[in-house]
Amino acid sequence: MSEHHEVASKEKYGMVIDLDKCTGCGACTVSCLSENNHYVREDESDKLRSVAWMKVYKVTNGEPFPNTKVAFIPRPCMHCDHHTPCVSVCPVMATDYNPLTGIVSQIYTRCIGCRYCVGACPYHARYFNWWDPVWPEGMHKLLNPDMSPRMRGVVEKCSFCNHRLQKAKDKAYVEGRRDLKDGEYVTACAEACPTRAITFGNMKDPESAVAKLIKSPGAFRLLEKLGTQPKVYYLSNESWIRESGDNALGRKKTARPA
Amino acid sequence: MDRAWIPEGVQRCSAGAFYSWMALWLFVLGAAVTTALLILWKGLNQTNMNDYFGFGAWITADLGVIALGAGAFFSGFLTYVLRIKELKALINFAVIIGFICYSSALLILTLDIGQPLRGWFGYWFPNIHSMLTEVIFCITLYFTVLTIEYVPLILENRKIYANPVAHTLSHNFHEAMAIFAAIGTFLSFFHQGSLGGMYGVLYARPFAFREGFFVWPWTFFLFIFSAISVGPTFTILITMILQKVTKKRLVPRESLSVLAKIAGCLLCGYVIVKIADTYYWATHILPARGLTFAEQYHGYQYGLWLLFAEIGLCGIIPALILITRRLRENDKWLVLACALASIGVVLNRFIFTVQTLAMPVYPFDKWYIYFPSWQEWVTSMAVVAYGAVIISLSYRYLPVFPYERDLNPPAR
Ligand code: SF4
Ligand code: SF4
Repeated sequence: MSEHHEVASKEKYGMVIDLDKCTGCGACTVSCLSENNHYVREDESDKLRSVAWMKVYKVTNGEPFPNTKVAFIPRPCMHCDHHTPCVSVCPVMATDYNPLTGIVSQIYTRCIGCRYCVGACPYHARYFNWWDPVWPEGMHKLLNPDMSPRMRGVVEKCSFCNHRLQKAKDKAYVEGRRDLKDGEYVTACAEACPTRAITFGNMKDPESAVAKLIKSPGAFRLLEKLGTQPKVYYLSNESWIRESGDNALGRKKTARPA
Repeated sequence: MDRAWIPEGVQRCSAGAFYSWMALWLFVLGAAVTTALLILWKGLNQTNMNDYFGFGAWITADLGVIALGAGAFFSGFLTYVLRIKELKALINFAVIIGFICYSSALLILTLDIGQPLRGWFGYWFPNIHSMLTEVIFCITLYFTVLTIEYVPLILENRKIYANPVAHTLSHNFHEAMAIFAAIGTFLSFFHQGSLGGMYGVLYARPFAFREGFFVWPWTFFLFIFSAISVGPTFTILITMILQKVTKKRLVPRESLSVLAKIAGCLLCGYVIVKIADTYYWATHILPARGLTFAEQYHGYQYGLWLLFAEIGLCGIIPALILITRRLRENDKWLVLACALASIGVVLNRFIFTVQTLAMPVYPFDKWYIYFPSWQEWVTSMAVVAYGAVIISLSYRYLPVFPYERDLNPPAR
């Protein structure tokens, strides 16, 4: 629960996703799967049990052809900043809000798999491991050594590639620096996006790209009325896309997933 | 064959008939245990839960039996603390029902968590901000209290009681019963409330979220209120069923009527508060989040009929029956009212558990349907078989009903 832990820190990491640039190619999802050692089952057709820390939603403006417009909304964990829903409910403190970085992380070896956090998160950013992880023969050699795989029966979610922050800090320390430069720590999805729709960085550094982008007139967040204060922002010049991000009384729910 | 174990002066069926009856239930229980082992071995992929429905049939069953088991603590409170003497006739049985409900809830919970071997983390790494932590602590403690309340009854078995140690122990336990009843009441208030609080605090889930008083959302108080209103009706219902099965009057009618009247008054109060809560939710909480009341209900499975069934059919109607003397004095009406109220509380827990998760929060998401897998059904329904086994054994071998002998004098 962040408001209880507000400490003087120079870092608070966040993400900005420009929806007008996103083509829905899914490179972010794939890079995330690979970076974070996800296994892939032979049959992943049940999308309600398929793990995708970075999931791409497709929305439309609800108009018939030829006025139909389509957009894609990549959705990582929002790293909610206010009374983080998942953190406050976890009975065993297996999910944690780091007051120094604002990153919400998951302790896999602590999680008992009660799934209360899954119910608390309105963004569907949390995934339960319904099966034991299995990799095809030889594929374990490709696993990322900086990221622990998860066992059956625990919940996992996007960590803003927390291990990359550790690495970047280690490097800075070796070079005799305390602070990171903008762009030194970025998530795998931000790195992989071919259209550079995803920008990641320290929101508390006024010179960082994210700090500037979140001030853009087209910036909005998902489900803002709930008051979770996501640290993931979206940009779009299209008003229908911005409106798709939250419920509004009297507005017909037209944006539907295809 | 087992005559010496059966309480003195009461009539029980033949050993053969009893063991055939037990074999039936044990068979069902065996099937459930096998299914539970399958789940523990293969994992929760054996259920129909998923990343939208993290909670399902099991949590509904847990919350349902815990609400229904509230008859134990509340009857204890009425008997020992408020000293309503008529209830002495059924307090033992209320404790047994409570014991069954809480032990099955704990067993189901163990099955429900993804890492059952880490269940003890709940005590070791408690998050004091989580309602679930309070639930874990209070349920375990209260189950201990229920066991302490049940043990003296077991010690009163004719054979066991002959042992001087058992005799003394039982006597001492009885002396302390009022204290345990008070502790039980305190613990129960908190965990019944925290179970409701678990949903009310989900401020990012508009279907469940409620504002409240201090750290407790209104659902905290609503769950306590519904549990103390409906718990006693369930105790009455099971007593009536047992009387039907054994073809005997086990409890003076007066005792059932007194409890029914208390439950009826409480249920009236609860229904009024619940309607007020629903109204405030529909007119304030939802609009503030850009949502309408109509958007909270969908199609057949999650239709508005659920609300009418819960508050109307299973709330207002049983409440009216129970507060009407002429109706509650009639066995058929009493059973109907108690059954409706019990169904109502389970429905309420189902709605809070499943509909909360089914309601799409994103404007670009859709409703999903959850239907439990056979493995979830079998293990949830096993509670009935487990209850039948415990009640049958207790009824046959323990002096559960203090007035049974007087109500059923031996035929000359
Ligand atoms: S998006 Fe969900 S998982 Fe991420 S911090 Fe918010 S509540 Fe937790
Ligand atoms: S599933 Fe794990 S992380 Fe989520 S609330 Fe339960 S113990 Fe905490």
